[in-house]
Amino acid sequence: MIWQFDIIILGFLLIAAILALRETDLLSATMIFGVYSFLMCLLWAEMAAVDVAFTEAAVGAGASTVFLISTIYNTKRKSSD
Amino acid sequence: MKTLGAIAVIITGALLLYASEDFPAWGDPHSPASQYRVSQHYILKTFEETSVPNMVTAILADYRGYDTLFETVVIFTAGIAIIAILRGPIDKRVRLRLASEKKLRESNLILAQTCRLLVPIIQLFALYVIAHGHHSPGGGFQGGVIFGGSLILLAISFQLQTALDRVSEKKAILLAGVGVLIYSGIGLVCLLLGGNFLDYSILHNLLQVDPITARSHGILGVEIGVAFTVASIMFAIYANLSSRGRMKGGL
Repeated sequence: MIWQFDIIILGFLLIAAILALRETDLLSATMIFGVYSFLMCLLWAEMAAVDVAFTEAAVGAGASTVFLISTIYNTKRKSSD
Repeated sequence: MKTLGAIAVIITGALLLYASEDFPAWGDPHSPASQYRVSQHYILKTFEETSVPNMVTAILADYRGYDTLFETVVIFTAGIAIIAILRGPIDKRVRLRLASEKKLRESNLILAQTCRLLVPIIQLFALYVIAHGHHSPGGGFQGGVIFGGSLILLAISFQLQTALDRVSEKKAILLAGVGVLIYSGIGLVCLLLGGNFLDYSILHNLLQVDPITARSHGILGVEIGVAFTVASIMFAIYANLSSRGRMKGGL
């Protein structure tokens, strides 16, 4: 593990998490959530858990983003709170 | 209420951060998890016993075969539940198949052609991930999701009907069931040959290899079953979610 790299990833992870919660446009929130998943994937890969990183990239960033987008497409895009 | 929630979150977070001090250092070989004899056995003996270089896959599909079997069943059940909730009546008019040229004209040409090139490559990669799961990172779950993703890409870039023409919803659910059946079937064959459930080494007579290689082959068979279930359930969930369970339109 390279600690400078860790700090950068964790910092972005925190920013992405807060932004995903605060965003009222659900489509952009989903995009930020995808970014969060990819950062998480980077973190797993850096901790040498490549299998977990692979799953995170495929399921977290890929499949769940698609599912969320298709749900937003069929409901409404703006969050009420 | 919001401030109360914030206070609760901050206190819990602070406690968790405080408690994380007691964790062993990352990658510490003397941590209790690494010292326990089961982990020692896995780390030292996995390659000898199963001839699988990727320890994670060996543990997932062989030593902890029951876990993975029921994870597959969980995915199958979750998919069936989502379909049961979302599924609406099929519109009879939608069953008409459009000519593929007409479909192409309706969707963005550049997007459609790029995806037409990409989909086979993604599917090939997915098959590689499934088949190469015991030598490199990957396996049935990841490869299955990637394969399902290629079908979803087809549905997004063309139309839902284009993907449904290739894998209809009925076929997808059937394939999901086949995946679980492959997994538990391999377990049952082991049982019938006189071994324990999911003890692949007993398959060595059937596969004409030595018992250690038989475990490696058993893992491959099980991964293929997992991939069947995951890929088809992913696609079935997407098809239902994007079309409100009507199998028409989509994204």
